[in-house]
Amino acid sequence: MLELQNLCFQVSDDAEKHKEIIRDVNLTFGDHAFIAITGPNGGGKSTLAKLIMGIEQPSSGRILYNGTDITGLNITERAKLGISFAFQQPVRFKGIKVRDLIQLAAGGDSKVKFPAICDYLAKVGLCARDYVNRDIDASLSGGELKRIEIATIIARNTPLSVFDEPEAGIDLWSFNNLIQVFEEMHRESDNSLIIISHQERILNIADEIVVLAEGTVQARGQRGDILPELLKGTEGCKFYRQPVSL
Amino acid sequence: MDEIQKTLLEQVAGLHEMPAGAYNIRANGQSVERSTTAHIDIVTKEDKQGIDIIIKPGTKKESVHIPVVLSQSGLTEMVYNDFYVGDDCDVIIVAGCGIHNGGDSDSRHDGLHSFYIGKNSHVKYVEKHYGSGDGSGSRIMNPKTMVEVGENSFMEMETVQIKGVDSTKRFTGAKLADGARIVVTEKLMTHGSQVAETSFQVDLDGKGSSANIISRSVAKDDSRQVFYSKINGNNRCTGHSECDGIIMDRAHISAIPEITAANLDAELIHEAAIGKIAGEQITKLMTLGLTEAEAEAQIVNGFLK
Repeated sequence: MLELQNLCFQVSDDAEKHKEIIRDVNLTFGDHAFIAITGPNGGGKSTLAKLIMGIEQPSSGRILYNGTDITGLNITERAKLGISFAFQQPVRFKGIKVRDLIQLAAGGDSKVKFPAICDYLAKVGLCARDYVNRDIDASLSGGELKRIEIATIIARNTPLSVFDEPEAGIDLWSFNNLIQVFEEMHRESDNSLIIISHQERILNIADEIVVLAEGTVQARGQRGDILPELLKGTEGCKFYRQPVSL
Repeated sequence: MDEIQKTLLEQVAGLHEMPAGAYNIRANGQSVERSTTAHIDIVTKEDKQGIDIIIKPGTKKESVHIPVVLSQSGLTEMVYNDFYVGDDCDVIIVAGCGIHNGGDSDSRHDGLHSFYIGKNSHVKYVEKHYGSGDGSGSRIMNPKTMVEVGENSFMEMETVQIKGVDSTKRFTGAKLADGARIVVTEKLMTHGSQVAETSFQVDLDGKGSSANIISRSVAKDDSRQVFYSKINGNNRCTGHSECDGIIMDRAHISAIPEITAANLDAELIHEAAIGKIAGEQITKLMTLGLTEAEAEAQIVNGFLK
């Protein structure tokens, strides 16, 4: 379904020094994949997610989606091909309502009726009656925004969804809910999920884990093989397993 | 009325046919339709252009529509409308002006609306401006609104100018008595080489009076906007003004606030923010499959909704 070939991403600072964020990454993901990408902060995880969605353009390398080269396609074109992206920090809008955003996500017209919107919001633990007519602005808390962000991805229901640290900013109750959301998405469709995460409990439900550090793939394999190795490395420092940020 | 006038009427007053309640429709400088009710009277002024709208004390849940349409190119008019709202009323007043200018001369409507609101009343006043026509003559509107809000009364004012008006100079002045409140919501969009200036002066004279002035505007192409707001706190009162502007292309927006407290218990706040559409908002909507232009339109429409 998705192939990253020799993917590189560089940024230059004022002194024209190049910094490599992603270095020659090669990854192939099959259909109905459930992948967690983890690794230390600053290791390139979010950048990789943005490269897949087209929010950032690679310095070199190619991205293939179902065999088609999408490296030169913009965000809209990739979205239309069936890629979704959940932002780590969801965007606020003055004057756009929760209802509007979910309708846009579900296909862009007003045919999406209240019961469907209600269903998407219920999956992320929100009561639609309280939320559909609220603006997606500063009146919503970070956790509420995050849940609405995930509801937009559920509403899109695309073959590939990329989540950038879905756990960030979510409270513990919603976190349990979130795990169920991912499990259900994986169980009830053939869609693929790529989740950027630090959370052991998310890693624990993925089929495969990719460890990304310093811009390169350090390890990739079945959860059963990778997870014990990851956790072993954290002995002696109980804080390594980053808690859910509240 | 002809088709052009009917379209204008629909744009500024949302009217497909004659409204219920009291109304006065002015087309090309003349009053063409009028209806009054047992509680609301409309009387033509004798010394100048315009009407007196007299709303009896205790009038509840009634509406007055007084739209103006101009479709004759080159017509210039100055109209004075006075609203006398009695005590204990709850009414909606819908004004608005639509100009269609298909010719080469300027068409211009200047209006002075004065409100004298009694005690314990609630007035919702809605004013929409709209221009159309592809003649080279300008469509000009200069509305002036003067409001005196009586004790414990509440004036809610919504003004909308979204399309087609080439030049606007708007002034709204309000004086508030004890316990009186005013909330003004302004939505403005300019495009092409349009110019819009909007100016508020609110005198919070009464004890416990309050004012909230909210302006949202979008300036596109080479258009220019200036927002002035002046709030004077002369008693124990609260005043808040907010100007939120989006600039696009080569447009200019200025926000010039002034708050003056002349009493220790006056609490006055001004907020202003002008900037382009946040890039991440466009990115988010593009990830939902919208093109960049569609995303921009969605953001602007939402902002002005």
